[in-house]
Formats: sequence, structure tokens, C-alpha cells
Amino acid sequence: MRTDSRFIGRPSHRQDARAIVTGRAEFIDDLKLRGMLYARVLRSPFAHARVVAVDTEKAEAVPGVKAVLTHKNVPDWKAGTPFHIRVLDSKVRFVGDGVALAAAESERAAEEALEAVHVEYEPLEAVFDVDEALAGDAPQLYEAFPGNVVPGGFPLYGPDCLTGIRLGDVEQGFREADAVGEGTYKYETVANPLPLEPPGVIAHWEGPDRLTIWAATQSASWHRFVMLPSLGFPDIRAIATQCGGSFGSKNYSLMPCFYAAALARAAGRPVKMCFSKEEQFGAYTLRPGSRFKGRIGIRKDGTVTAVSGSWLFDTGACSDIPQAQVAVGCGELQLMLRCANWDLTGTIVLTNRPPSGVVRGFGGQELESALLPALFEALEKAAIDPVDFFRKNYVKPGDAYLWRNGKPYVDRGVDYSEALERGAETFGWHRKWKGWLVPTRVDGQTRIGVGVSVHGNADVGEDVSEAHVRLTPDGRAVVHACVSESGSGQRSSLCRMAPEGRQLPLDRVGVSPPDTLVNPFEFGLVGSRGTWAVGGAVISAAEKARAALLARAAPLLGAGEEELDTTDGRVYVRGRSDRGLSWSRVMGIVRTCSGSARYEEDFTVPNFLALFVEVEVDTGTGKAAVREVLAATDVGRIIDPQALEGQLRGCFGAAGLDTALFEETVLDRTTGRILNGNMIDYKWRTFRDLPGFRNVILETPMPTHRFGAVGVGEISTSPGPSAVLMAVSNALGVRMTGYPLTPQRILEAL
Amino acid sequence: MKQLLTLRVNGITHELSIDPWRTLNEVLRDELNLTGTKLGCGSGDCGACTVLVDGRSVSSCLTLAASVDGKEIATVEGLAPSGEQLHPVQESFVENGAIQCGFCTAGMEMSAVYLLGRNNAPDEEQIRAGLSGNLCRCTGYNQIVEAVAAAAEKMKPS
Repeated sequence: MRTDSRFIGRPSHRQDARAIVTGRAEFIDDLKLRGMLYARVLRSPFAHARVVAVDTEKAEAVPGVKAVLTHKNVPDWKAGTPFHIRVLDSKVRFVGDGVALAAAESERAAEEALEAVHVEYEPLEAVFDVDEALAGDAPQLYEAFPGNVVPGGFPLYGPDCLTGIRLGDVEQGFREADAVGEGTYKYETVANPLPLEPPGVIAHWEGPDRLTIWAATQSASWHRFVMLPSLGFPDIRAIATQCGGSFGSKNYSLMPCFYAAALARAAGRPVKMCFSKEEQFGAYTLRPGSRFKGRIGIRKDGTVTAVSGSWLFDTGACSDIPQAQVAVGCGELQLMLRCANWDLTGTIVLTNRPPSGVVRGFGGQELESALLPALFEALEKAAIDPVDFFRKNYVKPGDAYLWRNGKPYVDRGVDYSEALERGAETFGWHRKWKGWLVPTRVDGQTRIGVGVSVHGNADVGEDVSEAHVRLTPDGRAVVHACVSESGSGQRSSLCRMAPEGRQLPLDRVGVSPPDTLVNPFEFGLVGSRGTWAVGGAVISAAEKARAALLARAAPLLGAGEEELDTTDGRVYVRGRSDRGLSWSRVMGIVRTCSGSARYEEDFTVPNFLALFVEVEVDTGTGKAAVREVLAATDVGRIIDPQALEGQLRGCFGAAGLDTALFEETVLDRTTGRILNGNMIDYKWRTFRDLPGFRNVILETPMPTHRFGAVGVGEISTSPGPSAVLMAVSNALGVRMTGYPLTPQRILEAL
Repeated sequence: MKQLLTLRVNGITHELSIDPWRTLNEVLRDELNLTGTKLGCGSGDCGACTVLVDGRSVSSCLTLAASVDGKEIATVEGLAPSGEQLHPVQESFVENGAIQCGFCTAGMEMSAVYLLGRNNAPDEEQIRAGLSGNLCRCTGYNQIVEAVAAAAEKMKPS
């Protein structure tokens, strides 16, 4: 155990733990404002239709109803990339698309009002498959996007934003290949991250141009800086409530914000818009669909010589920020496949199914899960052990890669080979791996197989974080950072990382509420950036606050600042603890000592995580089940062991590893309706289905911040689907090519 | 027409006049301000709304308030009434890191209290079975199993 902190790496309780276990933590639906109204949405039964007429007269007469809106009278706000998503439109593009809104004194009154709305639809032909959507005669979702293709390139990532990867000479690369994997592979389970708490916001116009939004979110500031241009630049104050899980999906809640803000403006009262579970299933955020058509060439020594092909990214009925997901996905693929020759093109395609949006894994999980089956074919032909392959091809310190903005970066992080090898040893890989399409063991009709996959991300250092730290005379520190709590324990981790965590007991360090009005800018808890980016800003701010304190104490103690130290609210001459003063004596009681700092984005320290899985397949029933999972990674330094454990164990659900087996949004391809939009038919793990789980976590100091740590939360899900696909293929002795690996698919393969 | 009913919640008697179609979950949250009990799915699938009625665990989202007239209701707020001393189940959830987002926590705790009331020394399999009606999406299941085992230990009669 290193000794520079009392708290880093040691178990201690989350600061909000008591509030959570006693039921006092306030989630969005627990909040009630004076005069607040409740919103409901009337939704389309058609996957694609024109709204020919809407009559709201009877709805407006329902007692308690304060506002009814249709496409004819909603504000002309627009969102999406590029702008095309309206609050309500004269056309609906998926089953569940909004048609009318009502705000009333109770949810029931709002529902009654919507039942009284009369709508005439003109149904249109719908399209649910990306290849069909790209065909010349396909129904068109938007006039602005001919061919159902949304332009690539995310404006925030600059003019060279990755829309694919084009490097070197792929023809030459394929000539040099000893083995080629080729085909069309789909990762199109469009699973639902489905946090237990449905999404919700409250909107309140405090003046014509002043809007306050309370939101269940992992990133409060997105409700300000993303919503500002969409809403015509009012002054938005965004406040995050305790968030009941997000997994990317509640990074921001676009449609709930649109609906609540429009109704609140029309009614002149605060409006709460909490989606039902059914709406969370069918009208919020699904994982994007991903289809790879292409080829990968490798040499016998495992060198990747060329990758070429087309990546079709199915964003559903609208385009939130898929361009960013394509860019990050292309970046992440390069981290695991060192290759000189690329010709990969991402195409964002619209279809008439409920929309996709931000989900944990952000493009990378989608691309890798669809593309790796092609790689596995090449590895099988060349008889290369996948652990050897990943160890050779994962980016190493000194290697270059293009990141999301199209610019090249050189890895200055750590070599993860040891994490991979230690993981393989602990898992028993070398004993269990019998070769491609060879089961580890056969026991009657049960066949055991193993698989492995990796994922990395350079977004751990993405974007800007600002923090302010204030030391108070009563011997406390307050971290001002706009950080919400969606389950990772990040707010408590920041209290450990502020150097005052070394000098003050943990219960004397607090974090300001996640409110954009009272805090400096914070991009949010995305891309596993909390540990490095947010932590970096907080640590620097705390160091500056400490320096201000020591500068003030120096003349009082007759010593140089560099001779001073501070512990438990007292400043003293180092080595002479009798020569000291309390913080209140140094500051006086009407002053504080503070420091501010900003973290600027840095894409040069990627993280990495390998998942080893062992599956068993019953060849009689076709049921595949995960027996054991091992996660191997290096986090530089463990900040909070319990929180880290929780993040890694989160690899299964939330549209993660289990999308390989059973997590799937099942769409009726005739009507566009979701067939399993409830928590029984949408399969997920219960207490009784948990496989064995182990971690191998190394702590090689990273060149990040004082504690040398990086985050790893986001990527624990991403290697799961392809690792399970490999394991099931090996168990069966048949190359499996599609997700999810349902009993039906397995029996067909046999 | 509104209906008069008496609910005894966490030892306190409430006389209420409510619409007969309102669920126990709505009455607890909206009328009594006991928002510690969550509403997850509204269809009895997730367990986030679990409370005890006369000692039995029920989904408050599927229970009409009128159907529990005169009964004893226990919610998460009643586990540590003084706010000072936590219930052993709460204490163990804190100590074992059995919380991530916290939305399932109240329901998990009530199911754990129900389980431990019937079986004060459950083995791991019994804990998993006892809580299998409660879903968690952050996959904190293992820590929750450990927390319930630790709570059983704390509650063992000495």
C-alpha cells in the first residue's frame, strides 16, 4: 500500500450511502415543485405516417388540463445532428413517436386528455433494415436526408472528424495477407440500456428566457450546453438529481426536455415529464444497430495487413449524435488492431424503429462486435491464438492512432501486455484454449468453450473539466464540480482525490450539488473520464487552494511556504508539529482559501480491458450460458476498490455482454412494434443467473495525475459480445456469426 | 367516489380519503410523502416498489391502497426511524458497497428484511432465491448477497 493518501485505494463508504439506504436520496420522480403539472405523451401506433389532422378541443376541456400541444402549436425548436428533430412533427417515424402532449394537475388527467385527442393518420410504407433503407426505392424518413443517409462528421470534433479510417494501401495489404476473413456481420440486437429508473426531467421557466431543468442524468451540463442552441439560447440552469442508473442513456434526456419545456412554457407552470417503463422501452434510447461488410487480412505472425469495408450504423428514426459514435468507434478499433492499411467507411442510416442514442460503449462496442467475427475467421484460418493476437496488436506506448477528431496521437500510457497475460494465466486460458472451433471439454450434450476479447478507449481524457476547491476555517474542504451521481460513486471518489483528502478526514470533504449555475463547467461523466479528467481538475484546484493557505500561514508562522505542511485542519512547520496554527487562526473566520483549475482534453493515455469468458452450451436445448468471466485491466491506481469492483461487474447487463446471449429489443418487422417491451419479456439477469466473476487489476502508474489513475467503467461491457461469440463458436465447433446466440440460432447452426 | 381508509405505516396511523383506484405506491409517495419507496416498472416485474404489508412483501405498484385498509405497512423509511441508528440490513448495504445507482436499494432492503424475518441464517442460495424478485441493472447483485449475509450475522440472536 502506498502511503501518500489515507483514502486512495482503501475501502470507505460512499458519502451518499446513508441517504440511499434510508430512502432519503432524491430521485427525479421524488421531487415536487409548487404548482407543478404532470405531462403525458400521445404516441403514434404507426411506424411511419403523416399526421393529417389532430383535434384537441375535447382534450382541452378535461378538468385539470392546463396545456395540450400538437405539431401545430409547439415551439419551433430543433435538435439532433444536424438539426432535424422537432418537439412534435407532422410526420411520425416510429411506433411511439410523439403526436400530442398534455400537461395537467395529475398524470391521470393528462392521460384522459390525450385519450380525447382525435388524430387522423395517413400511413406510409416503413423500412426497418439498413440495406433496405439504402435501396433506391426505399421510403424516405426525412426530406433533408435523401437516401436515408445522415451526413457524417460531428461538428464538435472539428473538420477532420473521423467518418471512417483511410490509411495506406489496402490492395497491397491484402496481397501481403496469409489469411483473410470476409463477410457481412450484424450486431443488431438494438438492446436497451434500461436503467431501473425511467428517464425524467422537470422544466420550469423562471422568466421568458430563463429555464431551469432538473434531470435524472449522468451529465448535468449537457442539459445546458446541448439544449441551449436547440431552445433558441435561453439561459438554462441544469440541476442533476440522484440518478437511478444511466449507462449512457441518461447522459441527457432530449425528448423529455423538449416535452417538459414546451408544456411548461405553454402552461406557465413547472412541468414534470417522467417516462413510463413502456416509454423507456420504446421511445427513448436503444443501442445503435451495427452491420459490417468487409474483409480483414492478416499474416501468419498475427500482423494485420489490411482492413476494408463498410460499416452501416443504424441510428433508428433520428440522428442524435451518431456521428460522434462513429468517430469514437473508429478510434477505438485502431487501439486494438494495429494496422497500416485501412479503408473503412461509416454510413449512418435512418430506419423506422425507435431511436438510438448514447449508450455505454459509444460506437466502439457496436463496431467491434460486428467486425470481430470477420477477424476471428482470419485468425481461425491462420490458427493464431487470440490472446497472442491481441497482445501483439493492442496499441503500445509509442504507437500512433487517429482519434475522433482525425488527428494522430501517440500512446504515452502503459503497456497492457502484462494485464492480458496475467488475466490469461488466472483464467487458465492456456489450459482451456484448444484451438479455433475446438471445445475445451465435452460432457454428454454439454459443450464448454472459451473466448476472449479486448476493448480500449482514449476518451478517458476527453473534453474539459473545471473545478474549484474551497478550504474553510472550520477545517473543511468543499469541491465545486458539476458532477452527478448515477451509480459509479464518482462524487465520493473526488473527495478522496482532492489532496485535502490526505490532510482532512473524509467526512470533512464535500462536493457541491450538481447544478450548472453554481459550479464551473464540467463536461460530464462520459467515456470513463471521471477519474482522470474530472479528478485532474479537482486535484489541481485543491493544490492551488492548499498553496493559498500555506502562503497565508507562512508569515504568521515565521517560516517559508515550502517549509509548511497541513494535516487535519492545522498548518505547521514540517518536522515541528508544535509550531502550528489551526486553519481558523490562519484564515480568520470570515475568509476561505481557494483554488481553481481546468483540465484540457488529452487523448494520449488510452485504457484497455480484456474479458475472458467460459460458456457452456446444451446441444439438446440450444441454450448457451456463461459459466465464468474474468476481467483483466490496469487502472494505474485503484481509487475506490468497491466502486471499481462494481463497475467491472457491470459488464453483463445494460446492453453489455448479455447482448450476445439474450438482451435484445425484438421488433415486429411488419408493424415496427416492439414485441418484448416489458421487464419479463426483455431478458436480463436476476440474482439466480450470475456466473463466476474474477478480476485481475494491475496498478502501473499512468502519466495522468498525481495518483496516476485512469477510469475503466465504460469499457467493461464492450469486449463481452465478441468474446461470448468466440466462446460459443469454440464450444460448438461451428463458426457463429450473429447475435444474440439464442437457442434457436444455436440449434440451427447445429 | 373517494373512500376513507386507515393505513398504519411504520407505526403511524393515517386516516385518508382517496380514490379507490389509487395504488399503495401512489398513496405512499404522493399522499404520505414517503418517496423512499420507488416506482420502477408499475407492473410488478422489478421489485423496486417492495414494501411489507402485515409482514409480507408485496409490490406496492400492484396493490390497491383500499385493499390494505387497516393493515400494517412497513417501508424503507421505517427501518431506521430515528435516523441515527441504521437497521442492520441498511448498515450492511453501506458497509458492503451494495449500492450503485441506489434505485433498487429500498426494494432490495425490504425483501431482505422479509427474508431474514423468516430465515435468520439463510445460505447464499436462499438469499439469491429470496431476492430474485428484485432486479438490479448496475449488477451489484454479488455485493447485495454479501450484504444480506452480513446482516443475518449481525441480527443473529446472541
